[in-house]
Amino acid sequence: MTTTRTVLTIAALTLREATRRRVLMALTVLTVALIALSGWGFSRLAAESGGSALTSGEARLTASIVLNLVMFGFSLIAALGTAFLAGPTVSGETESGIVLAVLARPIRRSAYLMGKWLGLAAFGSGFVVLAGLVQCLVVRATTDYWPPQPVTALALLAAQTTVLLTLAVLLSTAISPMASGVVAVGLFCTTWVAGVVGGVGEGLGNEAVGRVGTVSRVLLPTDGLWQGAMHAFQDPSVFATFGGEDVEAFPFLSSSPLTATYLAWAALWVAMVWGLAATSFVRKDL
Amino acid sequence: MSVAERPAAVDARRAAADLVAGLPPTPAVWCSGLRKRYGRQQAVADVSFEVGRGEIVGLLGPNGAGKTSVIKMLLGLVHVDEGEVMLLGRPGADPAARARVGYLPELFRYQPWLSPTEVLALHVRLSGIGVTVAEQQDSLALVGLADRAGDRLGGFSKGMQQRLGLAVALVAGPELVVLDEPTSALDPLGRADVRDIVLTLKERGVAVLLNSHLIGEVERVCDRVVILDRGQVAASGTLAELLGQRELHLRLSDVSAEAEARLAATGQVDRTGDVFTLALPADDHGTAVPDLVRDLAALGVRVHAVEPARITLEERLLGILREGAAARSGDAR
Repeated sequence: MTTTRTVLTIAALTLREATRRRVLMALTVLTVALIALSGWGFSRLAAESGGSALTSGEARLTASIVLNLVMFGFSLIAALGTAFLAGPTVSGETESGIVLAVLARPIRRSAYLMGKWLGLAAFGSGFVVLAGLVQCLVVRATTDYWPPQPVTALALLAAQTTVLLTLAVLLSTAISPMASGVVAVGLFCTTWVAGVVGGVGEGLGNEAVGRVGTVSRVLLPTDGLWQGAMHAFQDPSVFATFGGEDVEAFPFLSSSPLTATYLAWAALWVAMVWGLAATSFVRKDL
Repeated sequence: MSVAERPAAVDARRAAADLVAGLPPTPAVWCSGLRKRYGRQQAVADVSFEVGRGEIVGLLGPNGAGKTSVIKMLLGLVHVDEGEVMLLGRPGADPAARARVGYLPELFRYQPWLSPTEVLALHVRLSGIGVTVAEQQDSLALVGLADRAGDRLGGFSKGMQQRLGLAVALVAGPELVVLDEPTSALDPLGRADVRDIVLTLKERGVAVLLNSHLIGEVERVCDRVVILDRGQVAASGTLAELLGQRELHLRLSDVSAEAEARLAATGQVDRTGDVFTLALPADDHGTAVPDLVRDLAALGVRVHAVEPARITLEERLLGILREGAAARSGDAR
C-alpha cells in the first residue's frame, strides 16, 4: 500500500466520521443560527444608515466590526469542532483499541496520523471557508459591503483552524481525548485574550503589555492569523476614522496585514508541531 | 550493460532466483530474544519461537505472562526493546511484512459509525490486496454476519463485534492469522464456529498463532504449543512432545515388596489406597503394560482394574507453571 493511498484513505475515513458522528449536523445548525442572526442584525444596520442615523463611513466601519465579530464566532465554532473531533479520533481510538486492527495493516503510523490530520484540516478549513463565504454574501445582500480581500481573509481563517487542530492532534497523541480538546480550546482562547491585551498595551503606548500579544502570537499563531484575517475583512477606511494605534486597542479591528515572515513562521510552526505529534505517535506502545 | 554481457547477467539472475525458490519457505513467524519492559515491570524477557507455514501454534500461559505483549511486538504495535521479528520472511519493522497478516486483537473494537461491509472494505483497501466485494461478503457470511452487513456497528453486541473482528482478520487473503483470545465474548456455538474456521485455515495452508485461555480449544486445533510464564518460554513443543507422558491407573491387592519394585521399575508410582498411578515411559511401544500385568500376576498380585489415562494439556500446563513457581521460591530461599 503506498503512503499516499493510506493517507487519502484515512483522510476520507476521518471526514466520514465527522459527518456520521453528527459533528457536521451540529456545526450546520450553529452556523445557520449565527448567519440568520447576523443577517437580521446587518439588515437593521442598513435600515439605520438608510434613515441617515449613520453616515456612510460609520455604516461601513460598523459593518466591518460586526463582520469580524461574526467571523470570530465562526472561527471559535471551527476551533471547538476540530479540537473536540481531534481528541476522539486519535486519542479515543488509541484508548478504545480501534487503532489496533488498523495499524496491524501494512501501513506506517506516520501515514495514518497524516491521514487523520488531513481529514480534520479539510473538514475544519472547509467549514470556515464555506460559512465565511455565506456570511460575506449575506453582508453584501443586506448592507452592500464587500470585504477588500475575501480570498486572503478566508484562507487565513482556514490556516488558523489548521494551526489549532495541529495542536489538538499533538495533544491527543499524549493525553486523553477530553483533556486534549479542553487544553487546545483553552490555549486558543488564552492566545486571543493575550492578543487583545497586547493590542490594548500598544494602543496605550505600553511596550511591556504590548509584548504580551507579540509573544503569544509567536508561541501559538492562531491569534496572529486571526488578526491578518480581520485586516482582510475590514474596510480600509477604518484607518481614516480611527488612528492606527486606536485600531490596535479594539479587539475586532486590525491595523496591519500579515508579513510574509509571519506566514512562513506559521507554516513552520505547523510542520514542527505535526513532526512532534508524529514522533510521539510513532513511539507509542499501543 | 553491454549487449554481450546481458545473457550472462540474465543467467546469473535466473540461477539466483532458482536458488532462492529451492530454499525451504521461511517461517510465518520467527522471533528471537524478544524483550520488553514497561517502567520497572519486565513484561517479556527473552522469548523466542517460530510458527511454520500452515502450522497452528497455541500460545498459553497465566494472566500477565506476556502473551498479548508478544503478539503486539510481532505486529509492530508495541516496540521491541531487544530481539528480532520476521513475519512471512520479511523483517517485522517493515510494514509490508504485514501485507498478508490478519489480526484479531484481544481488545476488539471497530469504528462504531461504520457498517461491517464498510469496515471490511476499509481493511481490504489498507491491506493493498485485491479482494472482490463478493469475497468480502463471503467473509461476513463465514462468521454469521451476512444479515447484519449494512447495519451500523454502534448497536452490535460484543459477541457480534468479535465475529466481525474474525472476518476482518480473514478478509484480505492472509497467510498468517493472529488470533488473540478469539472466543472471549462468544457463546458455545460461536466457539465451535471459531474452531471450525481455524481448522479450515489449516486445510488451506494458512498459519495461525492462537492465544487462548480455553485450553480445550488449543488442544483440539493446535499442532504445537508455546507456554509462556513471567515473560519467558516455560515450555514448547508439539502436543505429542508435551503430552507424551501417559499414565496407567491400576487397582491392585496383595501387593508385595517385589511387586512394588516391579512397578517402580516401569515408571514413577503414586499410591492412594489400593489405586496405583503409574507414569509410563514416553518411548513405550505398547509392550510395557502387558509385560507389567503378566509380571504382577506372576508375583501373586490380584489385578482388579487396569485403566490407561492420558495427561490433559491443562494438567501439563499447571504442572509446568507449578514447577516454575516452585523453582523460583527455591531460588528465593
